[in-house]
Amino acid sequence: MIPEIGHFALIIALLVALVQGSVPIIGAATGNVAWMAFARPAARVQFLLVLIATGCLAWAFASMDYSVLYVASNSNSKLPLQYRIAALWGGHEGSLLLWAFILSIWTVAVTFFSRHLPDAMRARILGVMGLVSVGFLLFMLTVSNPFERLLPAAVDGRDLNPLLQDPGMVFHPPMLYMGYVGFSVAFAFAIAALLGGELDAAWARWSRPWTTLAWLFLTVGIMGGSNWAYYELGWGGWWFWDAVENASFMPWLAGTALIHSLAVTEKRGSFKAWTVLLAICAFSLSLLGTFLVRSGVLTSVHAFATDPQRGLFILVFLVVVIGGSLALFAWRAPSVGRGGTFAVLSRESLLLANNVLLVVAAASVLLGTLYPLFLDALGMGKISVGPPYFDAVFAPLMAPAVFLMAVGPLARWKKAELPDLARRLRWAFAVSLVTALLLPLLLGHWTPMIGLGLFLAFWVFAASIQTLRERLPANGQPVLPRVRGVPRAWWGMWLAHVGIGVFILGVTVVKGYETEAAVRMHPGDISHLSGYDFTFDGVAEVQGPNYVATEGHLRVSHNGQPVATLNPQKRLYTVQNMPMTEAGIAASLSGDLYASMGESLDQGEWSIRLYRKPMVDWIWGGCALMALGGLLALSDRRYRVTRRRRIEGEELP
Amino acid sequence: MKARHKRLALIISGVALVALAATLILNAFRSNMVFFFTPTQVTKGEAPKSGSFRIGGLVESGSLQRDSDGLTVHFVVTDTVQRTKVTYQGILPDLFKEGKGVVAQGKLGPDGAFIASDVLAKHDENYMPPEAAAALKQAKENSTKTLIVPK
Repeated sequence: MIPEIGHFALIIALLVALVQGSVPIIGAATGNVAWMAFARPAARVQFLLVLIATGCLAWAFASMDYSVLYVASNSNSKLPLQYRIAALWGGHEGSLLLWAFILSIWTVAVTFFSRHLPDAMRARILGVMGLVSVGFLLFMLTVSNPFERLLPAAVDGRDLNPLLQDPGMVFHPPMLYMGYVGFSVAFAFAIAALLGGELDAAWARWSRPWTTLAWLFLTVGIMGGSNWAYYELGWGGWWFWDAVENASFMPWLAGTALIHSLAVTEKRGSFKAWTVLLAICAFSLSLLGTFLVRSGVLTSVHAFATDPQRGLFILVFLVVVIGGSLALFAWRAPSVGRGGTFAVLSRESLLLANNVLLVVAAASVLLGTLYPLFLDALGMGKISVGPPYFDAVFAPLMAPAVFLMAVGPLARWKKAELPDLARRLRWAFAVSLVTALLLPLLLGHWTPMIGLGLFLAFWVFAASIQTLRERLPANGQPVLPRVRGVPRAWWGMWLAHVGIGVFILGVTVVKGYETEAAVRMHPGDISHLSGYDFTFDGVAEVQGPNYVATEGHLRVSHNGQPVATLNPQKRLYTVQNMPMTEAGIAASLSGDLYASMGESLDQGEWSIRLYRKPMVDWIWGGCALMALGGLLALSDRRYRVTRRRRIEGEELP
Repeated sequence: MKARHKRLALIISGVALVALAATLILNAFRSNMVFFFTPTQVTKGEAPKSGSFRIGGLVESGSLQRDSDGLTVHFVVTDTVQRTKVTYQGILPDLFKEGKGVVAQGKLGPDGAFIASDVLAKHDENYMPPEAAAALKQAKENSTKTLIVPK
């Protein structure tokens, strides 16, 4: 009965979404206030209905209702409760429901935080979001219904893919989806602006916090996924340029470009059409990413059953959304007007250069991800494009982008002087150059890539210090009031940029100085790696709730001093009879010691992979700093002030 | 400089930047494309003699052998028609199993055996890598063709 309620709620939600996607937009076009007023209640009702549907599915999972096909294929009675709930988004149908649910959360948030928007604008924004929702609800109801019954019911479920049974996986998809779907707000703002033909600084100010919030979630989501891959896949890698990773990385690149171009549009009124185009791109790439990952086109842990009908629906939906919005852009973009002028060297031009580089980078990822699919679809052979391609492309594209990123905050709007910039940055340049040349000698060996990475990282740090010194001039006042005098948005920017530096430092050091060994160990054996001695104490059986594991015990010592014990596991998930590796990691700021179990050989011997990963955690630390920067920027006073002022204004008679 | 000139300079530098990036990307793309071949194609000598490619199919049952160092493994990849010997040094993925689908990336050695640098296995028990599935399908189609031709 409960699943039917959920199914029914989805059908009503679709009808409400249809109203939400049509009536307010028509009302805005014809100036009909009553029709525009439909937007808000419709969005809220739709949220409640999707919430009910999601709740029903969650209930089916929690109560182990194996007469629901989706539950039977993704859950099991031995699965712990938190994973039974997380299994809700462990498969294709459920993840679509999560998508629709998160979209309705964003939409309802817009209804609450849009009091300061003109009625027509709000009606159009909510209308566009309603239309996106129509697409997803229709998709679920026609070809991927999560509430489909399985009669007669299964005795027990097929279990959740063991790779997904991990705390990281409980949070990773919702975070990622909050990011993907969050770009729908910026997208709706852009489409609304195109429809209304008005695009001014106020528009950019409204879109900015929404975009920053979406970007923040996406950053955290990608960070979580990368971290998960690091400890769960047992290869010690943190990024594989796997198609599913690329699918989340492309919207991130476009979103990062969007954040910066929105800043220009707000401050200087320039880049209007470009900003709109980026908003469309960011959301289109999010949609593409969702579907690439969830449709089974790609070979990956995220891929589920392939169904030609689904593929067709997805293709049509993508064509309608992307094609439609681009056509609208081509038609209406000239009407949004041009912004202020700026010199060849100015903060605008630096941001533009960064934007171009980010977009080109996103395009190169898109090429590497989609081209093999196209070739395959056309029957022209199967190819794959691996990490070497992305490595070859990314370093030369990102190096100038990062270099300019550090200069940007120091350059003046409208017109900057090169000699002046050079003078202010000469110390930063010297310090980073010397560090890049000397530090590697201390660490061991020097290669051009290590040199470049260290140079960029320290360039970011040194230039950030210079930016800070100029922003907080020593004028004899105590530090704290001066720090508080600077807007939080500026601190957010600063912190996020420092985060990039931390990230690059982590990547450079771990890529340049990591060591690994695949060894064969007998209990009592000692293996040596980068000055660390790994003693293998044999294995023990461990019984988990739905798996049995062989846990290896390794003692690690450095110069005779014990530093860590590692307990990597080799698990066998009994329902699907599927083996899994759980790495043993001792993490610290200076680097991780990492071990994962290979195979059992003869006479108690095991093949074991050992890694020493210097500064690997700085990679995620850098991401965390970026996300924190986003959070700071969001808490900036001016967003609250405009709102409060508006509310006070409304209360006037 | 007039505003028009400035804009022109900006546009030209922008186009130059994009052109440079495009060259770089396409170049990297061409040199890093990895093609896929089935064991049948490898036996026919269609696969590149030098340079890396991918091979896929089933791990032949009973073909897995381990050298005395415990880390070098030998196995046979088959598309049910032809077989290719594969050598790999390292730890096999969790889901590597005899009789199941596999995709390996590497080069042909001097003796015609495939020296794998990476072995990729599928992500769950019932999932077959599309490349491996395609190899089996192709082999099946070819063998039915050869059956039909003599008639």
